[in-house]
Amino acid sequence: MIKIIKRDQPSRAIFFFTPVLAIFLTLVAGGLIFFILGFKPFEALKFFFIVPIADKYGFSELLLKATPLCLIAIGLSFCFKSNNWNIGAEGQLTFGAIVSGGVALLFYEQEGFYILPIVILAGAIGGMLYASIPAILKTYFNTNEILVSLMLVYVSKLILDYLVVGPWSNPEGFNFPETRQFSDSAKLPLLFEGLRIHAGIFLALAAVVISWFVFYKTYLGFQMKVSGFSLKTARYAGYKGKKMIILVFLISGACAGLAGVGEITGPIGQLHREISPDYGFTAIIVAFLGRLHPVGIIFASLVVAITYLGAETAQIFMQIPKYTGQVFQGMILFFLLASDYLLFFKIKFIGSKK
Amino acid sequence: MHKFLIRSFVSSLVLLFTLTVAAIAKDVKAAFVYIGPTGDHGWTYQHDVGRKAVEAAGFKTTYVEGVPESADAERVLRQLANSGHDIIFTTSFGYMNPTNKVAKEFPNVKFEHATGYKREHPNVSTYAARFYEGRTILGTIAGTMTKSNVIGYVASFPIPEVIRGINSFTLAAQKVNPNIKTKIVWAFTWYDPGKEAEAAKALIDQGADVIAQHTDSTAIVQMAEKAGVYAFGQASDMDKFAPKAVLTSVENNWGPYYVDRVKAVANGTWNQKDTWHGIGDGMVVISGLDSQMPSDLQAKVKKLQADLASGKVHSFTGPIYDQKGNLMVAEGKTADDGMLAGMMTYVKGVEGDIPK
Repeated sequence: MIKIIKRDQPSRAIFFFTPVLAIFLTLVAGGLIFFILGFKPFEALKFFFIVPIADKYGFSELLLKATPLCLIAIGLSFCFKSNNWNIGAEGQLTFGAIVSGGVALLFYEQEGFYILPIVILAGAIGGMLYASIPAILKTYFNTNEILVSLMLVYVSKLILDYLVVGPWSNPEGFNFPETRQFSDSAKLPLLFEGLRIHAGIFLALAAVVISWFVFYKTYLGFQMKVSGFSLKTARYAGYKGKKMIILVFLISGACAGLAGVGEITGPIGQLHREISPDYGFTAIIVAFLGRLHPVGIIFASLVVAITYLGAETAQIFMQIPKYTGQVFQGMILFFLLASDYLLFFKIKFIGSKK
Repeated sequence: MHKFLIRSFVSSLVLLFTLTVAAIAKDVKAAFVYIGPTGDHGWTYQHDVGRKAVEAAGFKTTYVEGVPESADAERVLRQLANSGHDIIFTTSFGYMNPTNKVAKEFPNVKFEHATGYKREHPNVSTYAARFYEGRTILGTIAGTMTKSNVIGYVASFPIPEVIRGINSFTLAAQKVNPNIKTKIVWAFTWYDPGKEAEAAKALIDQGADVIAQHTDSTAIVQMAEKAGVYAFGQASDMDKFAPKAVLTSVENNWGPYYVDRVKAVANGTWNQKDTWHGIGDGMVVISGLDSQMPSDLQAKVKKLQADLASGKVHSFTGPIYDQKGNLMVAEGKTADDGMLAGMMTYVKGVEGDIPK
């Protein structure tokens, strides 16, 4: 017999164990899916999770892919920890990229050490501006930030469409929807010859360190934590809720904007219609899989990044449809939410000795 | 001693030659990079039909579908080039810069980019189809079949490829029916069934009784079927999705070109090219004509098809005027490829402005 008992207090050990369990269950279920589809499960999993990062180049691609996910997820964790549901990181990424790309185009064919910092800063400001819309509407007009931030994603993509099709399109580009290529001074430097990994990774690492410090060593971090547990308590304690809401949205927007900068001034090198394969949405999975903990988010971003790479490798070498990558991302989130049940309940086998 | 040297030199030459021949004769592997899913029944579907023709010709192929035009494209290309593929077809415009970038790193791998204009390295070719020839046929049919004299046209992006199609279509329709007007709705997408259906509906509401499309989904022909108006299939034969509405389809037939290019790699005769093939070379194919079309129209279309193929008829034969009445192509002249490649003005009879 199995009996389910409610825990007196959520278990801290289980809190960090369930993400690992979720990944394990995803692998098992993934293997099962491969088996049903008629592929050898272990071989498929090998091509999905090991082959893509087996060499230096593959590993650098993993870091390249994980960088924007990590950066955005760190930003989102500021919001999520304090009960602010910013679902629009994709829009903040896009708008950050628009602003920073616009600045980069201003410096077209110009050289100078000062260009890149301005381009990066512009991206962070763009993301912050865009995130401030749902934040201000929430604090002063009581709107639902989930809806506002989500809908602004589509607005940002339309703005980008308009710019690359119209006023910013490459004059020598036969009207195709893309801008000119940025000059080298507006691009993030590469870390190694022949690899695409660029200096943007330092932005992500800095965000990890800063967020850890803020979360666990500052008054703001404590305020966020209290607000996350109970908004009423936070109000009772006299915290200025509005200021904090706006602040966490700005931080989150800046991170997403910087992720956008990393894409367009890194591997892409120009603005066009498709600058992000929905990093802003995938980062939500990363944030939760990482338990909103900076170190957890690093690992989570690597795990989720590999589902992208693995899907490509599995299709090239085994003809497994590439869309299975999205199935894996969905399964990770599903199993994580399901296994969170264990946080609050324990399963006891009746008849067994304690 | 001298003789020995010569003999060993000759024999090593022979050995080298044998090795080279062996290397050439080895199995050529072709890879295809797709923007959408192979089941889109439009653009990607037709490229995959072409890939299957390469398989049928005895070559190994690999494909990766749903590759976004973001930073990911470059990684997929590099991985394909790194894993023993000899020729890689990149089948969407947005792969242009990644294709040229990766081609630089892999001079021994051949790259073929569809619809682009950059050939920065000797191992990059570009190819596209003269779809406007097919649209000359659709325009002829539309101009004959319309009763309201309003023809709807769902367009994707204001690039020369699409403008050229609208113009070619309108010119042909005007030729058989000088009173027609072409109304355009810009969907700003290549593939979005929801948006495309909405665009078609807007055109039907404005009185269009024939709908043409330059987007890839089957949503438009299905909307036309529901509304009881005529439509044309795009990229693949869409007759089965809307048997009453679809009069014919313009099919993208990449197979012959793909087989040709892969064979060229196998024979060592591959060279850089910019290919722009039409009905004559079989890259653009007109599907079967619907029985609702009167038999004299069918005969006319068949003849037009043959004349376009032989070059006797050109889609852009003067006199052609733009919307303001300025002469674009003089009487008796035809538009050259340079003019076609950069075409960014509507001809007379198209309503509205090109979005800027």
